[in-house]
Amino acid sequence: MAPMSRLRVGIDLVQVSRIAGSLAAFGDRFLTRIYTPTELGYARNEPERLAARFAAKEAVVKVLRPREARPEWKSIEVRRDPDGWCELSLTGTAARLAREQAIDSLAVSLSHEAGLANAVVVATLTEGHDREQETEARRAGRGSTNQ
Amino acid sequence: MTVDRIREVVAEHGRLAVDITTLLDGDDLYRAGLTSHASVNLMLALEDEFDIEFPEQMLRRQTFESVASIQEAVEQLHAELNV
Repeated sequence: MAPMSRLRVGIDLVQVSRIAGSLAAFGDRFLTRIYTPTELGYARNEPERLAARFAAKEAVVKVLRPREARPEWKSIEVRRDPDGWCELSLTGTAARLAREQAIDSLAVSLSHEAGLANAVVVATLTEGHDREQETEARRAGRGSTNQ
Repeated sequence: MTVDRIREVVAEHGRLAVDITTLLDGDDLYRAGLTSHASVNLMLALEDEFDIEFPEQMLRRQTFESVASIQEAVEQLHAELNV
């Protein structure tokens, strides 16, 4: 069997109008269920930024490949550096899934244009990690929600 | 009936690729086109419709997988409210 790649990539594309629609229909309830206070501090009134962050969360989920419970939206946070680039911070279920799968670093890039926002996430896996270890870690970690 | 109200909310907010009247209560809504984003709208609209709040542990794919699974979740939350 071919060795498992030590790289994973996730991508997601979001229509900004869909996020604006959720905002119009549900207001703060939508925002506070999906976004962290840090994210809202930067993006609250900016549908493009909100859409790009939504795409980032989805792209992270694709990288984490959850088989059962998907991570809570707010357990995946996009943090923006003052100079413009973004980093990811995982907590809760997202952090647990990353640990179980030996993901040791994540990178994200966001962009938006013409009513669409997208995000690409790349993850690296620790050298020597294999599918058997992953299965074992998932078995051992099932049900825990380490923060 | 609860299930009829659920079907109305799904029809309005689920953005399904198919007409909900063609789906059985147990049919997979994700296969019918329900996206993650639409499932968030669906959850918030169900909260409005039934005056409930989905706790974090219910915000999983399985909860919104079908009309039947949504009904189960709504009834569970109602039962907890009435304890």
